[in-house]
Amino acid sequence: MTEVSDYRRIEESVTLSPMPASPSAPETDGERTDELLTLNMGPHHPATHGVLRLLCTLEGEVVRDLRPLIGYVHTGIEKTAEDMAYWKVVPVVERMDYLAYYFNAMAFCSATERLIELEVPPRAQYLRVIHMELNRIMSHLVWLGTSALDLGAISMLWYCFREREQILDLFEMSSGQRMHPRYIQVGGVFEDIPLGFEAKLRDFVSTMPERVDQYAALLDRNEIVLRRLRNVAVVPEQELLALGVTGPLLRATGNPWDLRKAAPYSSYDHFDFQVPVGTIGDNYDRYRVRMAEMKESTRIIEQALDGLPEGPYISTNRKYALPPRHELATSMEALIHHFKLVTEGYRVPPGEVYEPIEGPRGELGCFVRSDGSAKPARVHMRDPSFVNLQALRPMAKDLYIADLIATLAMLDPVLGGIDR
Amino acid sequence: MPDATGLELIAQELGDAREGAVLDTEFFRGRALLVLEPGGAHDALAALQARGFHFLSSLHGVDYFPEEPRLGVHYELLDMAAVDRISAKVRVDTQDPVLDSVVDLWPTANFHEREVYDMFGVEFRGHPDPRRILMPEDYEGHPQRRDFPIGGEPVLFTHNEPSVPGWWK
Repeated sequence: MTEVSDYRRIEESVTLSPMPASPSAPETDGERTDELLTLNMGPHHPATHGVLRLLCTLEGEVVRDLRPLIGYVHTGIEKTAEDMAYWKVVPVVERMDYLAYYFNAMAFCSATERLIELEVPPRAQYLRVIHMELNRIMSHLVWLGTSALDLGAISMLWYCFREREQILDLFEMSSGQRMHPRYIQVGGVFEDIPLGFEAKLRDFVSTMPERVDQYAALLDRNEIVLRRLRNVAVVPEQELLALGVTGPLLRATGNPWDLRKAAPYSSYDHFDFQVPVGTIGDNYDRYRVRMAEMKESTRIIEQALDGLPEGPYISTNRKYALPPRHELATSMEALIHHFKLVTEGYRVPPGEVYEPIEGPRGELGCFVRSDGSAKPARVHMRDPSFVNLQALRPMAKDLYIADLIATLAMLDPVLGGIDR
Repeated sequence: MPDATGLELIAQELGDAREGAVLDTEFFRGRALLVLEPGGAHDALAALQARGFHFLSSLHGVDYFPEEPRLGVHYELLDMAAVDRISAKVRVDTQDPVLDSVVDLWPTANFHEREVYDMFGVEFRGHPDPRRILMPEDYEGHPQRRDFPIGGEPVLFTHNEPSVPGWWK
């Protein structure tokens, strides 16, 4: 017992005040003593979190220049979407950023809803919020597990995937799928939550903040984490803004830009939550911001469950949403609507909109152009990973190559979203 | 969002600075859009940036086939202080699809413009790294154009390798 408390005592003595000396690489004052070496990392590299290729120019162990090369998992989803009816596009766009599938579907559906001016019933909005926030926690858990793995903490991966499993079970309960569920649809959601979902979700929501505290107890003052993350990869707020960076990376510098607060959509203004921000924008701030976001998300879920309004879970406009199954046996009109929607889809008034939402990695925008037919003429996703990746070069410049891996982990790119 | 009147005022201001800079304005579903003249687009966007639209949240291409001019490039601008968004659109034809790069205004446009070049073939004058980004560097054609067929790219398996000659080049 004394051993443990000794350790805790040492740990408690760690101060979190700013460190004066920067652990980053030594300056050479312009006079190069070593030869520069170009090193290719990837595309198949476990620490790149996907099929990312980095062309690094090294001076000894120090990264002097860096170029990300992408496109290895480009599957042409935007092109595929142009050949599909609107309701069939949802499953393909979900597969872009494979850790944020509810967000991809939400961005596309809200863009389409804006084009056809379709009202989403309040219950559907709340159900969307519940699932998106669960998805946000899930995405951050995968980030935390894999990032801790990059820093050498293997057990974090198992802890995080334990909680992620609970979330995936909830997804399976509400939609039948663990990933890419096609739950969010144009006009609302696919189905109401089943019996027992609420109890299971409440159970999860009550344990999750405690779990986050446990992770924090393991990592927050851990000496390895502090030495590897603090004061590493600091990029000033203005430079990040010029590079188009949004989400936790921007909030880590102290800019509280969050679309859920700034321009609330899907009833986010009904919930009381806070936007966690960092102070200097180093890797440690990025880590702390995401940890705090997980807790805030559980608060939103709890409030959404408490205030879940009664009513339909999908729009009752039969021109855009399928009629309930039982009506097909008795109503001719319902049968016609069902047939038309399934075979031909619905026509969307011509126009073009850009609809941004706050994804787990930043602003996820969906641009949809309709030419009046039943298929979108253009679908474009502004994926936050794609834009944020440009910040890797200023972040990792003049760092040790080992810190490049940690920085990449804290950037949290998802290659499915980058390459689309 | 600037409302319909605010949009007209911005258009007026840009038009005063340079004759014919704004070709059209559209106010659709609560979203404001300026249609800019290709030659003056860079200056107009710089003026919008100076007005407070500091953040370029997205830049993407659209193919308006069969309309002319066929290609369009959209700039989605954001004013974080006023929580205000405005879009700008520039139309170019496929014969001479050249625009001024806005990387000097917003470094974030680097990847976006490379993607638009890759997918639509719009070239950006002054871009620091004008290469393809998602498709292979030796790829021919611009896959997001509407006349590029879906399924136009043969899927390679061991059995059909001989029937796609020269694929390794």
